[in-house]
Amino acid sequence: MPDARVIPLDPEGHQPTATPSPRSTFWDFVRRRIMGNYVVDDFGFDADLTEHLLLPPLRPLFERWFRVEVRGIDRVPSEGGALIVANHSGTIAVDSVMTQMALFDHHPAHRHLRMLGADLVFDTPFVGEVARKAGHTLACMPDAQRLLSRGEVVGVWPEGFKGIGKPFSERYKLQRFGRGGFVSAALRARVPIIPTAIVGAEEIYPMIGNISPLARLLGLPYVPVTPTFPWLGPLGLIPLPSRWIIEFGEPVHTEDLVGDIDDPMAVLELTDAVRERIQQSLYRLLVQRESTF
Amino acid sequence: MGRVVLVTGASRHLGGLMVRALARDPGVARVIGVDVVPPQRPLPGAEFIRADIRNPVIGKVLRSADVDTVVHMGVIATPMQAGGRTAMKEINVIGTMQLLAACQKAPSVTRVIVKSSSSVYGAGPRDPALFTEDMSPQHPPTSGWAKDSVEVEGYVRGFARRRPDVSVAILRLANVIGPRVETAMTEYFTLPVVPTVLGYDARLQFVHEDDAISALHRATSSGISGVFNIAGEGIIALSQAVRRTGRPSVPVPGALLGIVGRGIAPTRLVDFSREQVRFLTYGRGIDTSRATRDLGFTARRSTAVAFDEFLGGYDLSPALAESVISGVTSAARMLTTRGGSRA
Repeated sequence: MPDARVIPLDPEGHQPTATPSPRSTFWDFVRRRIMGNYVVDDFGFDADLTEHLLLPPLRPLFERWFRVEVRGIDRVPSEGGALIVANHSGTIAVDSVMTQMALFDHHPAHRHLRMLGADLVFDTPFVGEVARKAGHTLACMPDAQRLLSRGEVVGVWPEGFKGIGKPFSERYKLQRFGRGGFVSAALRARVPIIPTAIVGAEEIYPMIGNISPLARLLGLPYVPVTPTFPWLGPLGLIPLPSRWIIEFGEPVHTEDLVGDIDDPMAVLELTDAVRERIQQSLYRLLVQRESTF
Repeated sequence: MGRVVLVTGASRHLGGLMVRALARDPGVARVIGVDVVPPQRPLPGAEFIRADIRNPVIGKVLRSADVDTVVHMGVIATPMQAGGRTAMKEINVIGTMQLLAACQKAPSVTRVIVKSSSSVYGAGPRDPALFTEDMSPQHPPTSGWAKDSVEVEGYVRGFARRRPDVSVAILRLANVIGPRVETAMTEYFTLPVVPTVLGYDARLQFVHEDDAISALHRATSSGISGVFNIAGEGIIALSQAVRRTGRPSVPVPGALLGIVGRGIAPTRLVDFSREQVRFLTYGRGIDTSRATRDLGFTARRSTAVAFDEFLGGYDLSPALAESVISGVTSAARMLTTRGGSRA
């Protein structure tokens, strides 16, 4: 329904509800959940669950553990669509969740980030279920366009598994940026592309090895070996407390580039330009960051 | 001179509703219902012919009554309704073939409307959030009703090619639900314990029975050709739907869902075929903007409202759960506020 723009997004509103008493809102939440009285959007995104149950336990991780510094949040528009393109790292995709947290907690409009994920995510029990409810959908052109044309902020990590699964020795070196599909989606929806650099996620689970026979056996992209995993068992799943910076960069406006949609060369050039800007930001932020931990 | 409409599958609930709606339509002169079994409820203002659409008698009816519009609703969804999967496939696929062959030979026929299903899109992890009519399935259905619907649509397309003078509309309905209709899904949600797929939460979309009839009626009176998705606005998560029924749910691994389901309800027409289990695992959504734009049809009830009206009709509600929750939450609230004021 891309031309019906009056879709009520969710009656709760994208603003977090004013909290008169945390306890009463908690019991209201429990009641809503048990009765099934909440709205799930067409993509399976459950704003109620995300705001009240999924994000709160991650907040200490964001604020205390990684001490995330958010820069340039005002470059994300308060309304209307935008495409956030960021680097991917860290063995487990914690960076996408932290970007979601940055946008929800630090943006004046408390916007929800709608993330695009690989099909493997949605074929994995529990992971796929939670991912959808938290705002992920399949990284495919129809979904990207539909979200952007509805005025959502969409997050994409074009490096995919090549990015999060790369060895620690290649940290902060951007991998190939897919096929430029994200650029086409932004051009078609005429929304700005916001190149975003995430520093700190590379160090949370430094991947020093990959048990590739096991990965092949399990059908996974990789099975990581880090300084703590699998040696310390479940304790190895605790991320190292690196210091993070998430910088939303200067937007690339696409209104004047609509004519380039059918020009693959122009799309690939723009893809490269976005990639190059994220790479430069990463180098600059790494110099500025005083310590890794 | 009004239209003469023939409706197949007239003895079942939706077919009967359609016949009655057409009988009330001043633009329609004659309505002829066809089915192999007698109608469950009387069909006032309509004629009924007890015949099998696989029988040559249909061709005679088309010619003798000068039928100009054929509404094909005779595709059945669950093997139990037909008396086995073989019979079901026979009725669905061969029946459609025979019916269309008869239509092709009847020069009076100028319009064919086919009730199909959104199950033709299949269900799986690589699906987009919403299917438009032009998208091809990522996980094409391989069995059951969904496969039948794909084959039926194939025959309808073939017919449309051979009779370009006939306008042909295919309506892909989301799961029909409502206070009176009985489908595999209404049976599923009225099980004493609802088995769900462990680790997955399907996105479901429903269309209210009355909206389904409005859509078919709309397609019958307009002359528009094409394929149209028909569904209520929005989606509802399977877990959310079960919570609204007030029934307990038990998550089981997808591979065991069929065994568990049949154990809970051995005699019901509830469907736990491979295709249905995939649907209950991944769910599906369809985009209805083409129907709004070209057919001028928008479902009056959203998916959630249609589901709630189904609950009302079947006297299901989370009433017990609600009273327990209100008790617990108000007690907890009292305790916590008292504790808070003391501290």
